[in-house]
Amino acid sequence: MKLDPRPSVIEERLKGVKRIIAVTGWKGGIGKSVTACTLALLLAKKGYRTGLFDLDFAGASDHIILGAKGLFPKEEKGLEPPVYEGIKFMSVVFFSENRAVPLRGADVSDAIIEMLAITQWGELDFLVLDMPPGINDAALDIMRFARKAEVLAVTTPSIIARDVLERSLALYRSLATPVLGIVENMARGAAAGGVCARLRFDPALEAALGRPAALAKTAFSRDLAAALKKLGLD
Amino acid sequence: MHEWALAESVIKAVVENAGNKKIKEAGVLFGELQAIDKEIFVFALEELRGQYPRAAACRFKIMDEPAVFRCKACSREFPLKGLKKTRDEAEFIHFIPEMAHTFLKCPECKSPDFELVAGRGVSISYIK
Repeated sequence: MKLDPRPSVIEERLKGVKRIIAVTGWKGGIGKSVTACTLALLLAKKGYRTGLFDLDFAGASDHIILGAKGLFPKEEKGLEPPVYEGIKFMSVVFFSENRAVPLRGADVSDAIIEMLAITQWGELDFLVLDMPPGINDAALDIMRFARKAEVLAVTTPSIIARDVLERSLALYRSLATPVLGIVENMARGAAAGGVCARLRFDPALEAALGRPAALAKTAFSRDLAAALKKLGLD
Repeated sequence: MHEWALAESVIKAVVENAGNKKIKEAGVLFGELQAIDKEIFVFALEELRGQYPRAAACRFKIMDEPAVFRCKACSREFPLKGLKKTRDEAEFIHFIPEMAHTFLKCPECKSPDFELVAGRGVSISYIK
């Protein structure tokens, strides 16, 4: 017998979290992380107790988007995420010194289970999960352990992203995973069907990265803020 | 005190997996890589017994499991001993053992692409 004890405690760690929002999109580079970070900032600003968990181990970038530097979790019956801009923030970069994390699938799974088992989120209204691209170990583990997770699907106007999105939505339907809505990033031209929120392509966004106050003033953030109600997040 | 969270997972898993039988003893393996502090872990287990009455009389027998790595690139098997890491790096591996792939390398070919064959972290070896 070799029994992994960690899964038994994950539900306990998430029991104080009212809603888990998994920001997904199976193509890379479509703006999942910026959407997840901006969503967390908007929810925290509205007074919701908010957490943000960067699950993209290979491409962790939420700390760059938020400009979060010099943070480390506090050891207290597990790890308590540091609070930044009103958000309880957890990322693998706290443990990697911003170096590459070259993990195979099974190792990603093990690391996610470890972090879910030891992170003490406490009471939260929202836990925003920044998912990695694809339907891989991280995504499957979240579906396995965070059963109450609701999907916020990110796409772009590109036919490539849209096609991959359709496949992801079909899977979520078959798994009965709730989908809050589709967010179209870098939106230009006519709106595509089925989209809940269109976040305009915003040339000023890049310069605002790393500065939450500047990020809040971008058209991108304003568009997302305007869509919160439609997405059931207000 | 991050050991507390893992101790809670152990006591909860023992109770959940024991079925209806009376729990007398459970074997707990400490993987060498994670370097769990035994004293803190045992202290946490004792504190947690009150919350898990079915494990109130359970004896937890803790055993060490040496770490064994196998390189995916050159197939060499190697132990933890002799692999260089700073104090901070050891601390990061203590929290998340997979950080070994960031900070440790195969001594033969220097690849970070190795398998943790044994001795990763905390596991339960038996319940009786």
